[in-house]
Amino acid sequence: MSRIVAGPFNRVEGDLEITLDVEAGRVRRAYVNSPLFRGLERAMLGRPALDALFYAPRVCGICSVSQSVAAAAALAEVAAIRQPRNGELARNLLLATENLADHLTHFYLFFMPDFARDAYAAHSWSRGIRERFQAIHGTATADAVPARARFLHLMGHLGGKWPHTMSLQPGGTARAIEGGEKARLLKVIREFRRWLERHFFGDALEAFADLGSQSQLERWATRAAPSRADFGRFLGLAEALDLASLGRGPDRFLSYGTHWEAGRPLFPPGVWSEGTVHPLRLDRVTEDGARAWLAGGQRPLPPHEGVTEPDIHAGPDAYTWCKAPRLDGMTLETGALARQLVSGHPLMADLVCQSGSNVRNRVVARALELARVLPRMEAWVKAIDPAAPFRTPLPAALNGQGVGRVEAARGSLGHWVSVENGQIRRYQIVAPTTWNFSPRDRDGVPGPLEQALVGIPADGGDGGVAVQHVVRSFDPCMSCTVH
Amino acid sequence: MSATTREGAPEDALNVLWLQSGGCGGCSMSLLCADSSDLFADLADAGIRLLWHPAFSEQSGRQAHEVLLACLDGELRLDVLCLEGAVMCGPEGTGLFHVLAGTGRPMMAWVRELAAVARHTVAVGSCAAFGGVPAVGHQPGDVTGLQFEGDLAGGLLGPDYAARGGLPVINIAGCPTHPDWILETLANLALGELDARALDAFQRPRFYADHLVHHGCARNEYYEFKASAEQPGDLGCLMEHLGCKGTQAHADCNLRAWNGEGSCLRGGYPCVGCTEPGFEQPSHAVWQTPKVGGIPVGLPTDMPKAWFVALAALSKSATPRRLKENAVSDRRRLIPHVSKTEPS
Repeated sequence: MSRIVAGPFNRVEGDLEITLDVEAGRVRRAYVNSPLFRGLERAMLGRPALDALFYAPRVCGICSVSQSVAAAAALAEVAAIRQPRNGELARNLLLATENLADHLTHFYLFFMPDFARDAYAAHSWSRGIRERFQAIHGTATADAVPARARFLHLMGHLGGKWPHTMSLQPGGTARAIEGGEKARLLKVIREFRRWLERHFFGDALEAFADLGSQSQLERWATRAAPSRADFGRFLGLAEALDLASLGRGPDRFLSYGTHWEAGRPLFPPGVWSEGTVHPLRLDRVTEDGARAWLAGGQRPLPPHEGVTEPDIHAGPDAYTWCKAPRLDGMTLETGALARQLVSGHPLMADLVCQSGSNVRNRVVARALELARVLPRMEAWVKAIDPAAPFRTPLPAALNGQGVGRVEAARGSLGHWVSVENGQIRRYQIVAPTTWNFSPRDRDGVPGPLEQALVGIPADGGDGGVAVQHVVRSFDPCMSCTVH
Repeated sequence: MSATTREGAPEDALNVLWLQSGGCGGCSMSLLCADSSDLFADLADAGIRLLWHPAFSEQSGRQAHEVLLACLDGELRLDVLCLEGAVMCGPEGTGLFHVLAGTGRPMMAWVRELAAVARHTVAVGSCAAFGGVPAVGHQPGDVTGLQFEGDLAGGLLGPDYAARGGLPVINIAGCPTHPDWILETLANLALGELDARALDAFQRPRFYADHLVHHGCARNEYYEFKASAEQPGDLGCLMEHLGCKGTQAHADCNLRAWNGEGSCLRGGYPCVGCTEPGFEQPSHAVWQTPKVGGIPVGLPTDMPKAWFVALAALSKSATPRRLKENAVSDRRRLIPHVSKTEPS
């Protein structure tokens, strides 16, 4: 058996190291190391409660708004306030903008460039794919980066800037939208729609969102325009390289639910396992620090009792700064695939039924979300009532516990906060990649990625392209993971 | 021939190596928001070649590791070392808070060695410049900037450090940085237009740090008449009650827009002074202006206190009703007088 230590594992957000034990050319065991500790939770202790709106977005430069939404939601629960309809709509728009922009960034900048690498030079498709998707130099980068930047003008309008807005408040938004501004917002959304339909789908968003099964998807991908567009070219690669057989996770999925429309989530929360969606029990979430360089790992703790205290002498079993989150003791995969599956979309249900979670299905799920959410964004803008309130004021005194949950691009993000006399006493964050890139727990049960890498062909100084595809198919955000 | 193609920059281009450590990656994400029809072509055309960037480059694992080694042994000319994120020196000086993946060595050690061979060293963002948000809650010295720890000169490289080109660390402070601050700093380095005189006392490029956030603030009329906001979202000036540091913070945030037409103030929240050392740990609640005897402690830069108090009192007595009412509302209730209609 040989060992590969792959890193710096780039084109992910933040630093990542993967250790692979390889036998007969395939991964026997994988260990995921999140090698950076900052300690953002500790930064908030003792601060006035609303300061969380300043610190939380700075946990992550790519999931910044998601962190803001979670912090604001946690404080809203402490304050026992609800936001008005306009606040809900503004939050949806900010969150959806970040999530969809992140899906685009993942596809074009992080994930697709691996198919342009020398390892594939012998394939007949290599030249064309390289021209389009090569990192930095590919024509797709030139097309996608400005499209993303223009779409993020919504952040300028609604949040002042991105990343690190403070517009999002527990009771709504500090940036009210006037009637005359709706046309401006719609123009940005429609421009992005046009871009996606021309370059990414080669079809109307609705046509893609309406696909209801794997066979429909396969038929769609053979049509002329979609087959030439960027997502269609990915589907071609997925078939040529059998990406549906790569990187199967635990096949249990977590979604906190997101995008609220009159109090109801567009994508409902739940836990999917063995074909059934179970209700989400947040009180069953624990984090285990047994394999992390952290003190106080005697037993798994619910986040409301959690602590984060670095201890570099934590013992020989420790190999990461990341805790191991579990729900009812189980590992769970989270992300767009989980969200779309739990929401009951027939295409996702059929794909997972046929091949579980894997590299191809994770990427398809993000495309599905682009197609489903962007039209809702147009509807949300239209639903804004410029004459109605955008924010519910906070009560003078804040005391108590709150949980803020949100679906970031990469999956379920939770903030657990305790406030005493207006000051933060405890703050615990469990981020999407904390779930997906969890280390082993005290019982030695590997996290979802550690499981997904087993059996994958591996070689060379970076583990080889198959390992790269599996890791990046999760769209990891290492900044959030340890925070 | 000056033209470049998508194949990259010309031979004499500035070789830029970009590393990330104790930060959130937000400055790179912000860079991607540049108002450009083709960001990477802009870089190439400005004479900038990315040797390696952790979020954008193809090379992974050993290939990336080899780029760093080639810079150290002189095989690759390192013109600009960019660090995004704070230097993690802790715990207890070991640097183990961040061991660069795949290398078994603390990032702190990589940065120190690369800074010794770089022609220019650039701190991208307030974390790399001063320590920033990741420094909060850590022991002094555990999390630091490249050449400052907070407002104290020193940091990882020491107060006397100069890169091979002769300049100290160039601090593109901001949390996050505006995309243009990065692009223009690199482009000016490539042009040979960035010398010691182009940096301010905290070594920030003066092209953006000689301004105050207050300059061009859309709330200036409220400021003039001291018509102040009381709640987040109110349209009035955020200086008197809501913690805004725009009259003291060095940056041109309201002169060059963020993400199209944004700025913190336009987003409805105060300037937190994110380009200033120590902004990460304000002595007061972020959303509250500290006051002594009812007067804000942090008065506008360069303004004598007595004059400020006198002028504020005078302005308040002259505040038009429109501003007084709009200041405490999140929408404009009263509009400026239109001459062809009856005055309200």
